[in-house]
Amino acid sequence: MRRVALRSVALFYLAAILVGPLVVVFWRTFQHGVAPAWDALSAHDTIHAFELTLLITGIAEPVNTVFGILCALTVVRRDFPGKGLLNAFVDLPLALSPVVVGLALFLLYGRTGWFGPWLTSHGIRFLFALPSMVVATIFVSLPFVAREVVPTLREIGDEQEQAARTLGAGSWQTFWRITLPSIRLAVIYGVILTTARSLGEYGAVAVVSGRIQGVTETATLRVQEQYENFDLAGAYAISLVLALGAVLVLLTTTLLKPKEEVV
Amino acid sequence: MSIEVRRVLKRFGAFQALDDVSLHVEGGSLTALLGPSGSGKSTLLRIIAGLETPDAGDVLISGELATAVKPQKRNVGFVFQHYAAFKHMTVRDNVAFGLKVRKRPKDEVGDRVALLLELVQLEAFGDRYPSQLSGGQRQRMALARALAPEPEVLLLDEPFGALDARVRAELRDWLRRLHEEVHVTTIFVTHDQAEAMDVASQIAVLNAGRIEQVGTPGDLYDEPETEFVMRFVGEVNRIGDRWVRPHDLEIVHDPAAGAVEAMIERISRLGFEARVELAAADGEPVVVQVTRDTLEELELERGQIVWVSPARERVFAEVGSAV
Repeated sequence: MRRVALRSVALFYLAAILVGPLVVVFWRTFQHGVAPAWDALSAHDTIHAFELTLLITGIAEPVNTVFGILCALTVVRRDFPGKGLLNAFVDLPLALSPVVVGLALFLLYGRTGWFGPWLTSHGIRFLFALPSMVVATIFVSLPFVAREVVPTLREIGDEQEQAARTLGAGSWQTFWRITLPSIRLAVIYGVILTTARSLGEYGAVAVVSGRIQGVTETATLRVQEQYENFDLAGAYAISLVLALGAVLVLLTTTLLKPKEEVV
Repeated sequence: MSIEVRRVLKRFGAFQALDDVSLHVEGGSLTALLGPSGSGKSTLLRIIAGLETPDAGDVLISGELATAVKPQKRNVGFVFQHYAAFKHMTVRDNVAFGLKVRKRPKDEVGDRVALLLELVQLEAFGDRYPSQLSGGQRQRMALARALAPEPEVLLLDEPFGALDARVRAELRDWLRRLHEEVHVTTIFVTHDQAEAMDVASQIAVLNAGRIEQVGTPGDLYDEPETEFVMRFVGEVNRIGDRWVRPHDLEIVHDPAAGAVEAMIERISRLGFEARVELAAADGEPVVVQVTRDTLEELELERGQIVWVSPARERVFAEVGSAV
């Protein structure tokens, strides 16, 4: 009896908080048929917004994958003073509000910031342009690969790597042939989470992008913009695409995980 | 193919793992590093392999200085206690690993792997993954993998430690036979003196980071140089300040010169031999090994008071007789 009650509470909570809004978005998008939704999605600025989001994600993802693996290897396999600090810093983006991240970038790279004048004198446009948006996205999606890989590395230990070395493999061969295949699944989960986070990023990018329609407006920024301009059909349609993307990402992780790990 | 360890020191934090250790291992020999846990035997093996760096001292392999040589360049085969199997590779790929990283031609790799799988009797298991093998099979795979690149030296770190008693005895025999066939200089680490005596032609006994004695199994048993070796290799009794092996004690009914009084607490018959456990007058336990004939001749029984007399005994100077 108690178990049933507990289960209904959990299910009700999930339905109210997660599924409800998704269903509403879905319903609203197609309230007046497929045509208005299609029109909204095929508008020039909307397509540009999606392209921009994909471009930023496409840059942030490999950068954070390489950094995440490096960082995990350093934390698990090396011993050095300040290791705990590095470990803690990796989690910083999870704790910090993205708006604060955006503001910090503004202060660093703005006209009166530390690096702003140097960048301007070299003709590099950082703020209100792609570079700042990429950096902001890299920052907020930084921990995921490292966080997935660290426990796996700990679990497999370094005996296989030692065995590889005594068998004649150099450090690069050992990494490609032994370490990477052993952490492969963890890296894939990490990359998927990084992707999801990058696609959905709003706060930090909102601050640094300047939200120039058709230029620095990403998909999430466009949702907000259209909503404010009472173009609800457009806002709902873009939201739906983003939501479907998220569902796809989650399905992929569920399918990838070995059966017994699925809860 | 000989190995020379010269005055090696190794410290982990406050723990002195190896304290001025020197050792010579003849090319083609089968040597055991024997000692209790924490004696430094595994550290010494890992230093020879290059997996640890000594704080001071040198390692020479085949007469050449190897101290600064990376493990992948030392041409040693290493077998780990917990197999260190490459879990994402088949048995065949595990064994082929050392040849593939050396970029040997494909058909040569195939031939050599087939030969080694036959040698370790795993021909039928080439396409399996390590998780589908038993512990003994995994360790045989690890041995084949270590032997594949034709190492000059084979190093085994407690290779049978994780296996059950029957498989252990089997693999022990098998390692001895393998060594007779392959003749690669072999060093293995063990804490089991019976295993060391059974397999090795030379044993180095380690204690608290130092080498106590190096010798043949017979030397160590019959001519132990220190109290530690006497106690660690084979069973031993302490009678006063003398050390005596159980089969070097005689039981008599009447007091004799040098004999101590003791009461029989337990008699176990083990086929031809019998073990008589006694308590000496000073409370020290004493074990005597006698033949069944002696047991019957003397009509020994539990609770009897008898005299125990050493036929062959040893006294060690306090120096170097730690523990």
